[in-house]
Amino acid sequence: MNYHVATSFEEASAIAAASKGVTRFLAGGTDVLVQMRAGIVQPDDIIDIKKISGTDVIAQNDDGSWRIGIAVPGARLGAHAGFGSDWPGIVEGMELVGSTQVQSRATLTGNLCNGSPAADSVPGLVAAGATVTVVGTKGSREIVVENIPAGPGRTTLEKGEVIAAINVPARGANAGDAYLRFIPRTEMDIAVVGCAVNLRLEGDKVVEARVAVGAVAPTVILVPEAAEAIIGTTLDDAALAALAAAASAASKPISDKRGTAEFRIEIAGVLAKRAAKIAYARAKGEK
Amino acid sequence: MAKDNVTNEFRLIGTRPNRPDGLDKVTGRARYGADFSLPGMLWGAVVRSPHAHARIVKIDTSKAMALEGVKSVVTRADFPTGLTGEDWNLQENTIAGEKALYDGHAVAAVAATSKFLAEEAARLIEVEYEVLPHVIDVDDAIKPDAPVIREGAADASVPEGSAPNVVRYMEFGRGDVEAGFAAADLVMEKTYKTEATHQGYIEPHACVGQMGADSKGEMWVCTQGHWYIRKMCAAVLGIESAQLRVTPSEIGGGFGGKTTIFMEPLSLALSRKAGGRPVKIVMSRAEVLRATGPTASGSMDVKLGMTKDGKITAARVEFRMQGGAFPGAPVDMALYCCLAAYKLENVAHIGYDVMANRPKCAAYRAPGSPMGAFAVESLVDEMCRELKLDPIETRLMNAVREGDVASYGPKFGSIGLVEVLEAVKQHPNYQAPLGPNQGRGVAAGYWFNHNGETSVSMSIASDGTAQVSVGTPDIGGSRASIALMVAERLGIAYEDVRVNVVETGALGENEPTHGSRATFASGKAAILSTEQAIKEMCRRVAKEWGIDEEAVDWSDGAAHPAGPNAGKFPPMTLKEIAANMGSTGGPISGHHESLPDGVGASFGAHVVDVEVDPETGRTSIVRYLVVQDAGRAIHPSYVEGQYQGGAAQGIGWALNEEYVYGSDGRLQNPVFLDYRIPVASDLPMIDTVIVEVPNPGHPYGVRGVGETGITPPLPAIANAVHAATGSRIRHLPITPQKVRSAMKAAAK
Amino acid sequence: MSKIHVTTKINGDEVEFLADPRETLLDCLRDHVGLTGTKEGCGTGDCGACSVELDGTLVCSCLVLGAEANGKSVNTIEGMAKGEELHPLQRKFIEHAALQCGFCTPGILVAAKSLLEKNPNPTEEEARFWLAGNLCRCTGYDKIIRAVLDAAAEMRETA
Repeated sequence: MNYHVATSFEEASAIAAASKGVTRFLAGGTDVLVQMRAGIVQPDDIIDIKKISGTDVIAQNDDGSWRIGIAVPGARLGAHAGFGSDWPGIVEGMELVGSTQVQSRATLTGNLCNGSPAADSVPGLVAAGATVTVVGTKGSREIVVENIPAGPGRTTLEKGEVIAAINVPARGANAGDAYLRFIPRTEMDIAVVGCAVNLRLEGDKVVEARVAVGAVAPTVILVPEAAEAIIGTTLDDAALAALAAAASAASKPISDKRGTAEFRIEIAGVLAKRAAKIAYARAKGEK
Repeated sequence: MAKDNVTNEFRLIGTRPNRPDGLDKVTGRARYGADFSLPGMLWGAVVRSPHAHARIVKIDTSKAMALEGVKSVVTRADFPTGLTGEDWNLQENTIAGEKALYDGHAVAAVAATSKFLAEEAARLIEVEYEVLPHVIDVDDAIKPDAPVIREGAADASVPEGSAPNVVRYMEFGRGDVEAGFAAADLVMEKTYKTEATHQGYIEPHACVGQMGADSKGEMWVCTQGHWYIRKMCAAVLGIESAQLRVTPSEIGGGFGGKTTIFMEPLSLALSRKAGGRPVKIVMSRAEVLRATGPTASGSMDVKLGMTKDGKITAARVEFRMQGGAFPGAPVDMALYCCLAAYKLENVAHIGYDVMANRPKCAAYRAPGSPMGAFAVESLVDEMCRELKLDPIETRLMNAVREGDVASYGPKFGSIGLVEVLEAVKQHPNYQAPLGPNQGRGVAAGYWFNHNGETSVSMSIASDGTAQVSVGTPDIGGSRASIALMVAERLGIAYEDVRVNVVETGALGENEPTHGSRATFASGKAAILSTEQAIKEMCRRVAKEWGIDEEAVDWSDGAAHPAGPNAGKFPPMTLKEIAANMGSTGGPISGHHESLPDGVGASFGAHVVDVEVDPETGRTSIVRYLVVQDAGRAIHPSYVEGQYQGGAAQGIGWALNEEYVYGSDGRLQNPVFLDYRIPVASDLPMIDTVIVEVPNPGHPYGVRGVGETGITPPLPAIANAVHAATGSRIRHLPITPQKVRSAMKAAAK
Repeated sequence: MSKIHVTTKINGDEVEFLADPRETLLDCLRDHVGLTGTKEGCGTGDCGACSVELDGTLVCSCLVLGAEANGKSVNTIEGMAKGEELHPLQRKFIEHAALQCGFCTPGILVAAKSLLEKNPNPTEEEARFWLAGNLCRCTGYDKIIRAVLDAAAEMRETA
């Protein structure tokens, strides 16, 4: 195995494109090293991209949108007051990834590129309408987050392509988001189900919403029917019931060691309701 | 002191000094299994079967041997043939013969000059398998048409015509069970299941083995019992036991799982083939979970009869347990323990030890007892609910006392069950108000405790301090407890006693630190060794004073004239005696070896409050209380630690832990991510009450405290979840989805 | 496979070693530097026994490549006491009997030290969640949490 330290995304992309074997990009490394240890992957080239300038920066653009460097670990994201106040749902998703120790290393981008349908930070990004900037040998492009995962452990990125940043829209007024996951312990588990809700209010009424559910399909899914169930409502009981029903209906999980399909479908609805209430309260400016 | 006259006043016993090995363990200096290295050392790696059951058609090691830096490869062909009984089982489990019997079963091993090279070489060993049908679940394995794991494994106890995987059968009891049921106001019969769990010690198995062509060897290893390692390795390798010297490292947890061998013989065999270069093998966590010794899993029928005021009139239990692809599921222990808390006239026990395509089970803290307790203590609770009886009062009404005949036959000596139950009743946790969605559960538990082969030496240093050599590795503070007892008897400071866990060359055979025996058995042997040294010191002092040996007494760290008739002499202190020992007859030491008698059994009872999220079925522990009879708490902090640790393991077993197999027979969760042991945020503080009903069989009243504490949590939590939700879960673990399903079913 | 020359500062000392690019920082500490106080319990970031500080940040050393430590500072359990003087956490762990087998202890101490540097007055719940990635199988965590909170109290008094 060769260990490369890239100084630019173009260089990282070129090394990956030129590699004749298995490549892995290294930012936090909290998934790659586990897979190496388990013998799931034996990279020929590992490309450390966290020394590229600017990758450890969380920057707010003039229009209020955010650009998050690929090497920003969960602990740094969580400590960023401005971003956390805009997008608490994304932050709480990221902060649920692994232990305190893992939080020092794990990144949003890594969580996304690991391709797990249960990735805790991804539903929040999808609900937020976030995009990623991808650098390849033929230049760069911007892709919505929900189009990156292709299935468990796979992404739609092509050989030589590398994510250079995550872009999160401006928060805007009267809006809030939230992420909840269900696990059997209090910490250290992979989500059995995860759900993020992002919504905007006019007065008491929901006028925009995006609902994303994790661990109920091969990838994190955006569920427009769930959003429609609450748009135009004040999140009354009937709306919440419709939201839960839509989230459950969109869930097509498998049964595995972490939960049965039946249970996951049910919990998707429970979490959608609970997350929506938190997002609603946040949009109202309540803590 | 007389055996039936337990001392009650102490200078040191019951105090909480710092443990002697504390400094090493908080500074990273303590050396555990993987911390040893030797010059010229090679690294070993093990090739393991990916199949649950497969015939090994061919093993081709040529590519691995061709790799530069690879020094030796071993397969079963390198081991002697003709072993029988448990020796054969151990050899077969160490390295597969004709068939791989479970996912993770070792098939070959390789030694090379680096860890990565050894792993690469292991990947280059080509094994051709013919995959065979497999069976995992105990209720499937006991069916007449189940895939046959091995012909001829059954012992003489198994009745003619039994299913092919039944390897042991047992049946015992007394009275007239049917008459007992007829006399009951309520008879209930239910089936309970538990899944296999793992001890989950944080330190993976590790050893460095070295053996030459002369079959003389040495080993450094993390183990609960290095004489067991010696004996078992010698049997598996066909070498002489006394030619193998085994030194135990510090041990990073065992809980029974490190009382046997796994890869240790492989390191010796690899070393011998590599010209005697030492070979280090360190298991990965996945290897630990796939290929060491988890618990049995159980399927258990319980039938009880009860009068309307709570008297148990009869009990019948039938347990089926699989302990992997070998005989040895602790179904006997489960049967002995499960009804031990109840005074019964009519009782019947039936047990089946069944083989399945899983790793060979090892001991895990009170082996068998938690499963049996789950079944019986759950049903007792169900009947108390039905009859609207207080669960503690009901247990008190049926409680065994000193002199009662135990459910499994022997007569109880001094026991503390009643005292334990009374202490539960008095504790504030038993009265604390419960919030919404909360419920309280109680259960009792039992373990025999154990003596075992024990050999201990102690000696006096010329400055008047003492050293004690014991053969039981210190897992949870036994150096401290043994030092306290020896210092108490000698009448010197705790700090003036050093307890060493010594290698196999230094003592006679010792059983491992298992069965809650270290503080009882090594402790008792250390006290008896000390008595011997004291006797010698008194003899020398008597000579010096010119009086009879019997006229000298030992107290407060000095020899005294035994009474006014003995003569008037100023006390001679240990320091003075020690300083002169070179001229009074040479070294002063004591030694004791025996199967120490006087084991005292231990009962405990737990009270748990849980809260269940009604929408998700998730259970959290709100409050937890352990009450247990210690006999005597030598070092109360480490007694509490045993209670708390046992409770935490039981909580994990009850709520989350289980071996999950796929339909292909492969273990699905061989990582801590998915083999979910409790984390710090899962648990509240665990309250403890140490009940002390001294064991008359130990000079200071010790019973042994390690094991009983893991037995009550399984039923106590199931009982609490029932109280919180109205739903009974009879199949562990009590996962959120099982609770939700049960709640939905109950609502229909 | 060619090795990578790594220069680090470990517990304040300049240390150089050659790392196989596949080796983790944990492997390098244990096998090249001779610091075996840092333990491997899982190798997958699930148990915390390998906790160290990397440039002052708490990490699992099994999830860091040895090569990544180049130019960085590493603090391990061996650097926690100052000469003969134990860190208050080390002392409190002994006093409270917060260890049984002691295998998880180095990782827990390193992690707890990092907690108290960030939060000198943690609640029981904060301590439990901070340490959720440090598995202990012996103690049920009770005495560990008590020792951490007691050390925090003492450190606040003497600060």
